[in-house]
Amino acid sequence: MTTTTPIDTDLQQQDDHESDGHGHGEHPDLRMFGLATFLVADGMTFAGFFAAYLTYRAVNPLPPGAIYELELVLPVINTAILIASSFTFHRASKELMRGAMGACRGWLLLTAVMGLSFLGGQMVEYFELPFGLTDNLYASTFYALTGFHGLHVTLGALMILIVWFQAREPGRFTPSDHFGLAAAELYWHFVDVIWVVLFGLLYLL
Amino acid sequence: MTIASPPSPSPQPLRLQPTGWLRYFSFSLDHKVIGLQYIVCGFLFYFVGGALAGVIRTELATPISDFVSRDTYNQVLTLHGTVMIFLWIVPVVNGGFGNYLIPFYVGARDMAFPRLNAVAFWMIPPSGLLLISSYFIGGAAQSGWTAYPPLSLTTPAMGQILWIVSVLLLGGSSIFGGINFIATILKFRQPGLKLMMLPMYCWAMLGTSILVVLATPVLAGTLILLSLDIVAHTGFFNPAAGGNAVVYQHLFWFYSHPAVYIMVLPAFGLVSEILPVHARKPLFGYVTMVYSIMAIVILGLVVWAHHMFTSGTPPWMRLFFTIATAFIAVPTGIKFFNWIATLWQGRLALNSAMLFSCAFILQFVFGGITGVALAQVPFDVHVHDTYFVVAHFHYIVYGGTVFVIFASIYHWFPKFSGRMLNEDLGRLHLALTFIGFNLCFAPQHWLGLNGMPRRVAEYDPQFSLINQISSVGALLMAISTLPFLINVVMSLLQGPAAGPNPWRALTPEWLTSSPPPVENWIGAAPLVEEPYGYGSSEGRIDVNQARGQDLWRQQP
Amino acid sequence: MRIPSAIITLIAGMALVLLGQWVANDVNWLPVSASTNAPVYDELFRVLLAIGTMLLVGMTGVVVYSLIRFRRRDGDQQDGPPVEGNLSLELFWTAIPAVVVLFLGIYSYDIYDRMGGMTDLNAHGMDHHAAELASVRQSQPGDEERIWGGIAPASSNEAVLPVEVTALQFAFVFHYPEQNITSGELHVPSGQAVELRMKANDVIHAFWVPEFRIKQDIIPGQPTVLTFTANQTGDYPIVCAELCGPYHGGMRSHVVVDEPESFATWVETNTPATLS
Repeated sequence: MTTTTPIDTDLQQQDDHESDGHGHGEHPDLRMFGLATFLVADGMTFAGFFAAYLTYRAVNPLPPGAIYELELVLPVINTAILIASSFTFHRASKELMRGAMGACRGWLLLTAVMGLSFLGGQMVEYFELPFGLTDNLYASTFYALTGFHGLHVTLGALMILIVWFQAREPGRFTPSDHFGLAAAELYWHFVDVIWVVLFGLLYLL
Repeated sequence: MTIASPPSPSPQPLRLQPTGWLRYFSFSLDHKVIGLQYIVCGFLFYFVGGALAGVIRTELATPISDFVSRDTYNQVLTLHGTVMIFLWIVPVVNGGFGNYLIPFYVGARDMAFPRLNAVAFWMIPPSGLLLISSYFIGGAAQSGWTAYPPLSLTTPAMGQILWIVSVLLLGGSSIFGGINFIATILKFRQPGLKLMMLPMYCWAMLGTSILVVLATPVLAGTLILLSLDIVAHTGFFNPAAGGNAVVYQHLFWFYSHPAVYIMVLPAFGLVSEILPVHARKPLFGYVTMVYSIMAIVILGLVVWAHHMFTSGTPPWMRLFFTIATAFIAVPTGIKFFNWIATLWQGRLALNSAMLFSCAFILQFVFGGITGVALAQVPFDVHVHDTYFVVAHFHYIVYGGTVFVIFASIYHWFPKFSGRMLNEDLGRLHLALTFIGFNLCFAPQHWLGLNGMPRRVAEYDPQFSLINQISSVGALLMAISTLPFLINVVMSLLQGPAAGPNPWRALTPEWLTSSPPPVENWIGAAPLVEEPYGYGSSEGRIDVNQARGQDLWRQQP
Repeated sequence: MRIPSAIITLIAGMALVLLGQWVANDVNWLPVSASTNAPVYDELFRVLLAIGTMLLVGMTGVVVYSLIRFRRRDGDQQDGPPVEGNLSLELFWTAIPAVVVLFLGIYSYDIYDRMGGMTDLNAHGMDHHAAELASVRQSQPGDEERIWGGIAPASSNEAVLPVEVTALQFAFVFHYPEQNITSGELHVPSGQAVELRMKANDVIHAFWVPEFRIKQDIIPGQPTVLTFTANQTGDYPIVCAELCGPYHGGMRSHVVVDEPESFATWVETNTPATLS
């Protein structure tokens, strides 16, 4: 049984390449691959929520008085902050690749602060909204979706702060070995992309 | 292709872990230990689930509710379903055999993420105990393993919440396992081992893990929403609060239909390993087998609404899901025809592993036929939620998967323990299980067609006789476990030594000692390019004289 | 003398077909058929049963034959032939099931259409029917004129007898709006279409009459219509088929199918005195 498909060879070459590229001994470092697979799973959780939300919109008419014109100013600023924070994080890893650890830490801290200000903005919005969690189906879905996403942002901001703290130590992250930082970055971009979809569905649709 | 230098043994110092039997109770990182932990732990839960089934069949021996209270009966059926699916079948066919075999099959010394692997296993016993203990603290969940709202919102909240927490933990364990298998199979193969050289079980586990990663999170999200409905009184699934109960069903079955394939695909893979060895023939149609697994994965994700044909789904949806569901029969059928072609003109050893596998084929074909029938909306409308469905899915998950688990234990026990099981006791086990199983579940098809709904504690007295026959079958199934247990215990203590390769098999797990050393092989891992190369010249050498190395096709 | 294997295969195939026909047509697996769509259902059932029997018996036969014919003799250490596949064979057993399955899907679509199941109750052009459904719709003011599927009447011109069904833990309540009768069991005249307008008060229930071959979930918040025409007098069970709580097994009732005359008598004796 020696049939070969194109995919097969590609993967194999990648394997060989990776095992050559890294000095980890027996096997390539698969942690980023594992994290990416996990994010696919996490994305499916959101996909389930989105599907439920869209179904509700399609088949469950809201009771009178439950249609809200959402205030858009704060969410738009928040969205801008979160999207920008993806770029600042990317800048941080570029600085790392250049070997400028000081600049890298600066950009990391800025990213974390932006993440936290997003959470703050979210809190302010929660307090100003005209509806509570159990008011109606739309309200519940709104809080469930933004809340679940907010948990992700909180976790991400924590991860960034930890990475920022670890980066004090010289040699902790090097241009060739920086799994913690790379993982936090991938996760942060993921959270960002989810927010863009969520924003489009909840606020704009 | 480059000739890979044999990977050097890991330079890391030995782990500080107990050796001997104590390691089975430790946070071991050895994939073989974790695999056996899954299997043994699964078996313990199998006895719990079996005892619960015993309660159900005892209650149903009479048409009135007289054995346990009605509340208890519903708790028992909920626990039976949840334990059997989430604590027995899924962990054993995925985590158990997957962990034990996949690293061998990809030529690795462990899984890609050993620590995550141990975490995934150790999530199972606590969540299982949590689930079972919910029975003793205020009563377990009463809404069936499907937990349909609004019923699950109105039954006692404590049991339902504990059920949700436990299923979330088990789902998490399953996702971690899935990530590990995908990484191991795709990225952890030894150099030179191509995907199309992998034993079929790798493909089955790859497909299964894709389903786990795509579908299980949806269940997790759904259960989070359900728990919000219970605890925070939101109304996602509560029509009284403006919600929609059918949305829950869609989300639930988006996971729970693929869950059937999560249970059954690994079983297909295991059978594909067992049959060629005991038939002394190559696996028939390797390439079509691979494509049919992937076809099942894709189709399996788009058929969920066939569980909801009576839930008021729109007509176009019924038509689409009927056709999609029925089409799963095509790739599944290919696999069955290929297995039969593998048997054809082989030299079949009529041992327990082979016989259990053949019983699996027959029973799964039966379950598959009723499955295609159930996919037809008008047929389903009559038998949905009746004992016909109960019979159908027990033919799939018990007649299918559990029979394969037993076949696999008879096949791999020599590798696990270094000792052979007793074949006479094995065949007695098979005969009792086969008769008991068919006696228990075949008559239930008739019950469903003629008017007995599922999940009832009391029923029309005209069904008494058939129900009693079914209960006798269940009793036989319970008894059939005894020869198995005796066999395992006796063989562990004083079974004849197995040697490295008692079946003269060609897959890599047999090309090492039994039980294998910690890092699977002393020296280089063998590169097996033709795991099913039976019938070629290598197969004809006197295997008793040959060393393992002689059986491997080394790279030129 | 050696009989060619093609002839054996042919004979075995013919025997299988005969067996399938016999099991499907001459063995009685189903309860009495008492509604107009039951015979349609039974037709599909017989087709499925014939195909299923042939497949199951055929596969069993091949497996058992292989186990006996190809069993390994003592001391035999040899392998079987190194056959790894056969493309035309594999194409054959991909194509045949695909065709069978496609045929079944189209056939069961046709069956379901004949049973009235494919009629979209929300479709336009059913305005004459809309008035009849008004009562169901009004029961859910928030619900924008949406009726959840069930089986619609095959022909909506005949006079239908509307019955409102309320499912609750753990009983069915039947209300005849035109006669103002409320009853715990369902009485219907033979030969007339009956339209059940169903709603559930608490949890999901399901309305099932095995002799009519119909079942419909009754989901809270989703008024549902189910139509049938009984055509054989008798007393048949109504069963709740969806787990609805501790007394789910006891949630049963009866449907009594009467001749039109005796149904009229039943209506007369049970109609409450009118306060005109």
